[in-house]
Amino acid sequence: MAECGRLGRGTSSHTMDKSITLPPDEIFRNLENAKRFAIDIGGSLTKLAYYSTVQHKVAKVRSFDHSTKEAPSDKLYEISVQEEVTARLHFIKFENAYIETCLDFIKDHLVNTETKVIKATGGGAHKFKELIEKKLGLKVDKEDEMTCLIKGCNFVLKNIPHEAFVYAKHADSEFRFQTTHPDIFPYLLVNIGSGVSIVKVESEDKFERIGGSSIGGGTFWGLGALLTKTKRFDELLQLASKGQHTSVDMLVKDIYGGSYGSLGLTGDLIASSFGKSATADKEFSKEDMAKSLLHMISNDIGQLACLYAKLHNLSRVYFGGFFIRGHPGEVQALFLRHEGYLGAIGAFLKGAEEDNPNQYSWGENYAGSSGLMSISPDMNPMQRARSGTFDMLEMDRLERQLVNLPLLQDPSSYIPDSVDLSEDAPAREYWLYCFEEALDGVVKRAVASQPDMPEAAERAEKFRQKYRHKLQTLRYQPFAYGSLTVRSLLDTREHCLNEFNFPDPYSKIKQMENDIALKYYEKVVSSLEQLSWEERQFALVRGVLAGNVFDWGAKAVSDVLESDPEFGFEEAKRQLEERPWLVDSYDQWLKRVKGPPHKCALFFVDNSGVDIILGVMPFVRELLSRGTEVVLASNSGPALNDVTNGELQILTERIAAMDPVIQAGLNEDRLTLVQSGSSSPCLDLSRLDKVLAMVVRERQTDLVIIEGMGRAIHTNYYAMLSCESLKMAVIKNSWLADRLGGKLFSVVFKYEVPAEKNMCDSAALTPL
Amino acid sequence: MALNGHQPDHDINGEDETPMKQPRSNKEMPGCLRNEPDSEAAAPAGRASSERHNSNSTTRRRLDSVKKTRPPFPWFGMDIGGTLVKLVYFEPKDITAEEEQEEVENLKSIRRYLTSNVAYGKTGIRDVHLELQDLTLCGRTGNLHFIRFPTHDLPAFLQMGRNKHFSSLHTTLCATGGGAYKFESDFRTMADLQLHKLDELDCLIRGVLYIDSVMSSGPSECYYFENPTEPDHCIQRPYPLENPYPLLLVNIGSGVSILAVYSKNNYKRVTGTSLGGGTFLGLCCLLTGCSSFEEALEMASQGESTRVDKLVRDIYGGDYERFGLPGWAVASSFGNMMSKEKRESVSKEDLARATLVTITNNIGSITRMCALNENIERVVFVGNFLRVNTLSMKLLAYAMDYWSKGQLKALFLRHEGYFGAVGALLELLHPS
Repeated sequence: MAECGRLGRGTSSHTMDKSITLPPDEIFRNLENAKRFAIDIGGSLTKLAYYSTVQHKVAKVRSFDHSTKEAPSDKLYEISVQEEVTARLHFIKFENAYIETCLDFIKDHLVNTETKVIKATGGGAHKFKELIEKKLGLKVDKEDEMTCLIKGCNFVLKNIPHEAFVYAKHADSEFRFQTTHPDIFPYLLVNIGSGVSIVKVESEDKFERIGGSSIGGGTFWGLGALLTKTKRFDELLQLASKGQHTSVDMLVKDIYGGSYGSLGLTGDLIASSFGKSATADKEFSKEDMAKSLLHMISNDIGQLACLYAKLHNLSRVYFGGFFIRGHPGEVQALFLRHEGYLGAIGAFLKGAEEDNPNQYSWGENYAGSSGLMSISPDMNPMQRARSGTFDMLEMDRLERQLVNLPLLQDPSSYIPDSVDLSEDAPAREYWLYCFEEALDGVVKRAVASQPDMPEAAERAEKFRQKYRHKLQTLRYQPFAYGSLTVRSLLDTREHCLNEFNFPDPYSKIKQMENDIALKYYEKVVSSLEQLSWEERQFALVRGVLAGNVFDWGAKAVSDVLESDPEFGFEEAKRQLEERPWLVDSYDQWLKRVKGPPHKCALFFVDNSGVDIILGVMPFVRELLSRGTEVVLASNSGPALNDVTNGELQILTERIAAMDPVIQAGLNEDRLTLVQSGSSSPCLDLSRLDKVLAMVVRERQTDLVIIEGMGRAIHTNYYAMLSCESLKMAVIKNSWLADRLGGKLFSVVFKYEVPAEKNMCDSAALTPL
Repeated sequence: MALNGHQPDHDINGEDETPMKQPRSNKEMPGCLRNEPDSEAAAPAGRASSERHNSNSTTRRRLDSVKKTRPPFPWFGMDIGGTLVKLVYFEPKDITAEEEQEEVENLKSIRRYLTSNVAYGKTGIRDVHLELQDLTLCGRTGNLHFIRFPTHDLPAFLQMGRNKHFSSLHTTLCATGGGAYKFESDFRTMADLQLHKLDELDCLIRGVLYIDSVMSSGPSECYYFENPTEPDHCIQRPYPLENPYPLLLVNIGSGVSILAVYSKNNYKRVTGTSLGGGTFLGLCCLLTGCSSFEEALEMASQGESTRVDKLVRDIYGGDYERFGLPGWAVASSFGNMMSKEKRESVSKEDLARATLVTITNNIGSITRMCALNENIERVVFVGNFLRVNTLSMKLLAYAMDYWSKGQLKALFLRHEGYFGAVGALLELLHPS
């Protein structure tokens, strides 16, 4: 019994405000190459979608041909900045009042218009059909609303890791994000428009409207307008946020004097909505009535959703549309960060079917997306500063298709991040401060990385503003981009750097470090060779750890490195904590390596220079010598001074030239280099390159090594794998060290054998 | 606790036998026997079912014991809800001369006051049309009266009880509903009355089963609407509720409780909703300025909800075939009221009607889902929201039938809101 038309939270279009001054190039971005337009026009908000290509600079490394005598310098490889074209999806949400202005702007900036049609959906699509056709010269092609909605929902659930959240009323953060189960189906979508539609989604193409209700957003608006004489939807929500429903509603305690114990109904439960207003001689405040109405409708929808979920045996229920905060009993109410965009995304996908966008992985671009706003405008003063109500979502098409690491013990419960900063206020405060403090240094480095470009300083300044604004937004709304984590802060910074064409600020430093470290490789290897087997095992581990001290990403170290470039490998070793380490399972590891060799080790590497060359490579060499195959996984794109796959290819070739063990490993295909699919200093094991996953499976990987603070502490510290794992890191941040109960340069050496294995062992011993 | 199952048997003379030997009317299904298994269940010496089929002498013996344990008059059952107080009163008509003599003046005056009036004070009303005559309860024959007054007038009621020295008659008054808890101390302090508090759902179910059992002739207690989807041929028909289980019992008072009843003693509260009769009246008062349920219903009967609600056809021009939604279905309750012009063009009657339709349909919807989840096909709607509210009943009948494609049957009971009070009275007579 419901219209699937969605209601927006914006104002109704009573006033056509044409005199808005947009910073349009910040909103309708990349219009020059835009194609495949789609539009979703709701009761009050319009959502525009288009596909575009973005040209941006990428740093490439190319090996010098060392066989010729023309080698210009002793440099290992050359760095070149090239233009690369990537695909990006743009979604813009604005009030219907701006539609004409926006269409004009798009018309003026649309250059390559091979596009002939615009896909349209939403209740308002027919109303604006002529206007769109006239303004844009595109044919409006209507798509079914519900189909678009479901397509959009599937898309965000698959591509945005923290898309869904539960509303936590009394928690420190309003929202608690859920990791999306790798298999998103089946689920129930409760779409709240002016009425409510309840849809069961079973697969990409199979869904069914199983029910609905006429009590929805339209009821809140219509009845609310009658009761409070308030015309606008937003104002009604505002009123409701200030009201007390208990003066209007009859509660269980109003009837019972307390709770209804035998049924477990608490006294505060609403027994009869508006039950107290059944009198002619009392006045009720607008706020209280609006609040009561909101409660009544939210609870009602929640209850119906719960009944439908139960009947169809579904545990995941997503609410979209009109924002409700009900807590319907046994079924968890899940909300979507991008619920407002679903229709537009779906309409776009319908129009782009020939490009088959679903075969790619997409990632939210934090630089270009405005994030989730609190529904309470009081919460974020930053929000008011924005002109009009323009929200954006940008998604980058990732070059690689991303999948789960097949070795995750339970993909559905895997959470990459160790600390959720949206829930941990002291940690949030520290890290936000930390990233803000580090901003000057990042800007300086960015400028320095492009000495030949005079406008670099200006761009770097823009980067600074953008990132600082993001940090400030996150201070007020930690949930704006899903769970706030050290990873998301790092990733946001990378996105912002890319945004302003600083693809790899550390390229030159990495190059220099790699050059220097390579010179010591043979020496390090030969000194290791002289040690006894047992001494060598320990020296190898210490080598990896000492190498990991070299890290420009960590504040404490970058200070030292910058002031004293001679800070050497040996000194790093001296800095290391003596055993027993903060986390120390070295003895178990040693015992294990005395046993049979592993079949194959997957090694997620960290920094370039000393770390990879003098720390990791000798360790890899030992593994190979033991007969263990090694898969080295490095970043696909640059992040800080992390070694990229491109760089690692060259480095490995050079090392192979000096070292027959590495050479043999490469020749015999026992040493494989793969890219992780990531461009982050952290690691999300649920979004890895499909090729990596394939290799891991083919090689029957039985050991996963994760190195570095970003990958093994900020993320994956608690990750449970189905095979043996080794997490190694040096804590180069005194605050974090403090928190973990250690001190600066404390060592984490965490060797784990999956519980299942132990269980099997003990099960064999204890008869049940 | 009186356990008539194992009372020693003596004093075999008694008028009580007569009605049993020669039932005077179909209405005198003796409640005490009907409820026997219930009391037996609590009694260690339970022999209920065998005794039922036993000889007359056993029955007589049992009736004698009934007399022994029978509480003194007056017999009241009370249900104090969020909005209304429901009171049932048994007026004995078989009073002997001896009894008449013994009867204290207070008792007499209460009996006269209640039975000779149809209205009490400004707001108390006796529903004369519901009165059950020649009813045999616990061996006594008389009339059962159904009285109601607003909960906010409870103080006046208590004052009256005080004035009439009600407390001198007997010490406990069986009461259910939330008010039994909320006002317990008021009863004590204002009228010197001790309440025996009872669970409202227990009482409700007991009352429903009892009233249905005693109403086997005359106007049927239980009825349904034939052809609910054709307004012109929609007729009220009696429904024999002989084998009622399983049953979904929907009690629509200020709020709504939905119970799944599997047997007399086996039921659960499935869910409830706060959108009930109180919501209808509350919203109507705010929207139209009316002040009573009757007034609100009267307005609703003259209004047109389609001016207020947005229908499927208002959005799609007709049926929304893809999802099997007919054009006349409401897409958004009060949806038209989003527009200023339409807000200005609707009447109070339209608003009252839309409120009624919204609340009723929502109850129908939730009920239907519960029926599906519990796998129950028979739904009995009770509660005072349905009093003189044929509009809602027909709507519920229609909604049940239409959306379940004829699978679900909506049933109604004549004594709509009084079952809790009846259950409380039964508890007085036959403590479970």
